[in-house]
Amino acid sequence: MTAVTLRAPARERPGIRPGVWAASITLALIVLAAVAPGLLTHGAPHESDALMALQPPGDGHPFGTDAIGRDVFTRIVYGARQSLLAGVGATVLAVSAGTLLGLLAALGGRVADEIIMRLTDVTLSLPTLLLALLVLTITGPGTLNSIYAIALYTMPSYTRLVRVQTMVIRRSGYVEAATSLGLTRAWIVLRHILPNAFAPLLVLATIEVGTALVAASSLSFLGLGARPPAPEWGAMLAGGRDYFSVAWWVAVFPGVAVTLTVLSITVVGRALQRRLEGRG
Amino acid sequence: MNTGPLVEVEDLTVSFGTLEAVRGVSLAVNPGECVAIVGESGSGKSVTARSLIGLTGENATVRASRLRVDGQDALRFGERQWRQVRGTRVGYVLQDALVSLDPLRPVGKEIAETLKLHGTVPRAEIEERVVELLREVGVPEPELRAGQYPHELSGGLRQRALIASAIACDPELLIADEPTTALDVTVQAQILRLLDERRGAGTALLLISHDLAVVAQLADRVLVMKDGVVVEEGPTGRVLTDPAHPYTRALLAAIPGEHSKGTRLSVTSGHPQPAPQRPPGEVVIEARGLVKDFRGRRAVDEVSFELRAGETLGLVGESGSGKTTVARLVLGLLEADGGQALIEGRTWREMTARQRREARRHIQVVYQDPLSSFDPRFSVRQILDEALMVGGVPRAERRDQALLLLDQVGLDGGVLERRPRQLSGGQRQRVAIARALAPRPRVLVCDEPVSALDVSVQAQVLDLLADLQADLGVAYLFVSHHLGVIHHVSDRVVVLKEGRVVETGDVGQIFTNPKADYTRELLAAIPRLDQPGAASLVPAARPRPTTEVIQ
Repeated sequence: MTAVTLRAPARERPGIRPGVWAASITLALIVLAAVAPGLLTHGAPHESDALMALQPPGDGHPFGTDAIGRDVFTRIVYGARQSLLAGVGATVLAVSAGTLLGLLAALGGRVADEIIMRLTDVTLSLPTLLLALLVLTITGPGTLNSIYAIALYTMPSYTRLVRVQTMVIRRSGYVEAATSLGLTRAWIVLRHILPNAFAPLLVLATIEVGTALVAASSLSFLGLGARPPAPEWGAMLAGGRDYFSVAWWVAVFPGVAVTLTVLSITVVGRALQRRLEGRG
Repeated sequence: MNTGPLVEVEDLTVSFGTLEAVRGVSLAVNPGECVAIVGESGSGKSVTARSLIGLTGENATVRASRLRVDGQDALRFGERQWRQVRGTRVGYVLQDALVSLDPLRPVGKEIAETLKLHGTVPRAEIEERVVELLREVGVPEPELRAGQYPHELSGGLRQRALIASAIACDPELLIADEPTTALDVTVQAQILRLLDERRGAGTALLLISHDLAVVAQLADRVLVMKDGVVVEEGPTGRVLTDPAHPYTRALLAAIPGEHSKGTRLSVTSGHPQPAPQRPPGEVVIEARGLVKDFRGRRAVDEVSFELRAGETLGLVGESGSGKTTVARLVLGLLEADGGQALIEGRTWREMTARQRREARRHIQVVYQDPLSSFDPRFSVRQILDEALMVGGVPRAERRDQALLLLDQVGLDGGVLERRPRQLSGGQRQRVAIARALAPRPRVLVCDEPVSALDVSVQAQVLDLLADLQADLGVAYLFVSHHLGVIHHVSDRVVVLKEGRVVETGDVGQIFTNPKADYTRELLAAIPRLDQPGAASLVPAARPRPTTEVIQ
């Protein structure tokens, strides 16, 4: 009872912090670049000009040009779609499959639980990137395959989280109440267990989009993801590596793009988390 | 030696931001005296107690024209001075011993820490003193218990350990905030006796409680608080027999028990008295020799009873008596290891999944903690909508039906879009009852439905249940550890102890002429308003200190 008395009468909504503002704006710009790159740049990502190769940042080329004279800024803007798609796609895939498997493990009986969880353990025991490399070696490189690979190795943490959540919720008062109300099992799983088990995942997933994006870029950097000449940040980084001593801008700007994107996603994700959890 | 009041406060005001939790409270506790503050949640009684030991927290502004603790002016105390007072001069016992004790340390260590901190006992003797303290507060096998962790102890033992750590440095004043609220009636009587012994040894007591009957056992003087203000104060006998303030009268009237049988508890509601009881109908639930084991321990042992349409069967027992397990067996949420629960003549086991769902519709539940029985994402409308769907009400009619249900339980449509979290405890329990009524059940299993509520809210909910039974003819299987509540609501009573039925019978017979020793023991432990300092406590006469009432 003391807790009730001690609480302030009305909780003020926390204001949005400047850092969160900046991150939101950055993220909005990146999303805009992914959706409508033409709005941010007039150039084309594959347009090359041998005479303009390796020009430093300056007039007409704010981020300089690369080894075959393509505008780095334009390529970064066009690369946003690829990178975001890989990050978001891999996360969505991992969350969906992870949720399904987690639910199945928690509710599908002992055998299902054992099979799913032991496989999950095996996946978790392998170094993450190694697993992705293994998959890509088997399937062959490519954007889509790298999404599958990333989804495969991020999935286990979702599976585990959903399984634990489900097991807790299954024994909760409201599931028992729903059972004694006379609701069907399917209804209880879909209306009560799934949404409540899924809620904490959303925030985690938002933050994990950044991680998946880095992973996708890493795979491209290694030449296993998006293939050149596709404008992809990781692939651009890899391309710029050879010229780093003479033309730093070719590698640095894609790197900054990756960093800024991940940072923005994380900051916004955390702010979202604070808000949702503050609501309690 | 200080001979004045141990603690004295005048015109105390505590505010949190713009909210004034306590306004103009004055009180004094003299050596050897017991003063009680009684009030509901949010009345400011705990905040008052906390401000006497400087524990109101950072957000609070404490003002008073006078605040003296142990003869010193405490208004100017800094944190360091407060720390010197706490534990040594003033001991503080919190309500929930499980939360108040460190889960990762044996209780003996916890008590030893207080001793080390204040350095009153030489280090070499600390261990000995801890055991001695535990023995003093009536913990059996204190050497063994000192090495155990809080979760290994029962509620009563935990509360004793907490008291032991509060009295470790022999404080002159002991503040106890709801010291018996979570405890069974027999354990409660033991703790009250223990506190009374401390008082007999010269310790002053400040007791905080929502339960007038409990404080009546001990207190020399009572302060009744409501909304941060003391509405009445005086000697316990006078306040109980001749209350001056209407709120005190309402509090007294709200206590369920023998005197209240067949009458309304809440003064505020204008309904007539419940209709005369209908003759009990056919058997709706029958328990036949129910047995349930948990990890080799028999939780329920050959429990049999029958519940007839329209009647209330009280299932009473202390914690661990298996009463909730019996309820869950009847509800088909647990499978019996022996015997059977017959729902209108059929067992859960012989029913198909569809039949089971159909049977569940007819037996609904109301839980002790309504909040945890609601999906946290759901609004009141969604909660009722789902229950009405089970009742076969077409989607289009559900909103109107939900409003009708809310009206039936005394809530208005304004709560429809709110979430249970935003409602008060009483409102939540009303929503829970509305949900349970939605599928038009014949039986309502009420598992400690009022145990988490204040006395006056409890009164309203019990009245509501009585009205609903009169209107709808629902049978209640009413599970509670609270004998007063059971006495008030039941037609017949089953007394459980350690999973066995000790006694079954008509409510009048059980409460006036109990056959089993255990029932007699339980009844003797009930705190009674008409016998302050009842037989259950130390009968020895003690000189009462003269009390001065501060204006």
